[in-house]
Amino acid sequence: MMKNLLAKGYLWLLLALLYSPILIIMIFSFTEAKVLGNWTGFSFDLYSSLFSGGMHHSLTNALINTFVIALIAASVSTMLGSIAAIGIYNLKSRTRATMNFVNNIPIMNPDIITGVSLFLLFVSFGISQGFTTVVLAHISFCTPYVVLSVMPRLKKMNPNIYEAALDLGATPFQALRKVILPEILPGMISGFILAFTLSIDDFAVTIFTIGNEGLETLSTYIYADARKGGLTPELRPLSTIIFVTVLVLLIVINRRAEKQKQEK
Amino acid sequence: MRRRNWSIPYAIFLLVFVVVPLILIVAYAFTDEEGAFTLGNFRKFMMHPEAINTFIYSIGIAMITTILCLVLGYPAAYILSQKQFKTSKTMVVLFILPMWVNILIRTLATVALFDFLKLPLGEGALVFGMVYNFLPFMIYPIYNTLQKMDQSLIEAAQDLGANPMKVFTKVVLPLSMPGIFSGILMVFMPTVSTFAIAELLTMNNIKLFGTTVQENIYNGMWNYGAALSLIMLLLIAIMSLFSNEENNAQNESGGVI
Repeated sequence: MMKNLLAKGYLWLLLALLYSPILIIMIFSFTEAKVLGNWTGFSFDLYSSLFSGGMHHSLTNALINTFVIALIAASVSTMLGSIAAIGIYNLKSRTRATMNFVNNIPIMNPDIITGVSLFLLFVSFGISQGFTTVVLAHISFCTPYVVLSVMPRLKKMNPNIYEAALDLGATPFQALRKVILPEILPGMISGFILAFTLSIDDFAVTIFTIGNEGLETLSTYIYADARKGGLTPELRPLSTIIFVTVLVLLIVINRRAEKQKQEK
Repeated sequence: MRRRNWSIPYAIFLLVFVVVPLILIVAYAFTDEEGAFTLGNFRKFMMHPEAINTFIYSIGIAMITTILCLVLGYPAAYILSQKQFKTSKTMVVLFILPMWVNILIRTLATVALFDFLKLPLGEGALVFGMVYNFLPFMIYPIYNTLQKMDQSLIEAAQDLGANPMKVFTKVVLPLSMPGIFSGILMVFMPTVSTFAIAELLTMNNIKLFGTTVQENIYNGMWNYGAALSLIMLLLIAIMSLFSNEENNAQNESGGVI
């Protein structure tokens, strides 16, 4: 009993340590004081000024850029990754092993190495950096995760169903749409959500591929802002919103994973 | 089946956006600005005390962070994984969740916490921030390994007369080694390669190796920057080889799983 209490206490202490910084930001997002730590009464002012744009127009822009980039990168990654997973699944074992190995490189590589390597790629070929290069970079580190989340669904599938569909007169395209697609769809959705979160979250790869033509994402905006020393107060409600969004997305992913496990 | 051809677009994509860029790092590292072969970039690093110091300092910070994460994280992973403590699944999610919050937001939050508590920013804040940022990366793999561990092995050891201490050192700890090694790798790797967050946590007073890499690339010193990246990549490759080997050795001698 005592031991149990001690163990639980330790966990809660550690959780308090892990969450106190983000909690402070959340609490002080509901007061309008410019300096964090001053409580000047409860208000939603920071939230409304975050969404009205105006003075912090660049922050709104950065937010829109982040979401547009994440949406494009996640969509393309999901398409590319799912098609690739079907292809890789049908490869001979040695080629498949090579593909899987290369697919794992972006996952294993530290962000800064991925960033530097892509930076060198773009400058070597004289490609000017901006929106397109960021999207390409994000696709390159998101797609491997899509492949990894679609692959188990393919392995689980009974290969005879596809053959049966063909025998019963379905065209290969019909068989793909009616048989394979429904099977791998859950993996594709998880992959999409994962890619979307990864893209929104990214800082290291983005900063190396964004160029210097004034394009900002949320991460680069926060970085620039923090380097200037003064943190825009609107970042408090923004961080709060992002934290809650990520929380909800993660719970959704978790629920899906649990459900899939139960189906097994 | 022609469907194997479906992997071709992605194979080309990987070649262009993963393989070629990595080759470019090596190519830039071993050439000068005119493109001629040289070892000068590495010589420059060796002759540059500030770069060497930053490199060693970063490894030091990464090691301290890794050790602290292990000391703090192992008990947590153990408690979370053992049925006797009756912790819920939600608890596990709570521990992993911070992993998914933007690293800059987490770092700013740390700065905010230190401001709020009127603590000075500096080395202490740096280590706290690193541990705070990367602790989940230690807990998760250890938790995974411990959870898969066969509970009857513990019971067997107890039945055979081992005291709790013996059970832990002879059964639980050896079986959790694979998790510990991947945890060490998962904490050490991002800590040693991080940039930007050290500056924020120390008000620009402390620079880590990742920042040196970034600054050189930013200032147009691509060849030198590539050489520094390659040095970092080698350090990480050595680390992961080492932990892989330990892992394999564990799996062979462990044999049970």
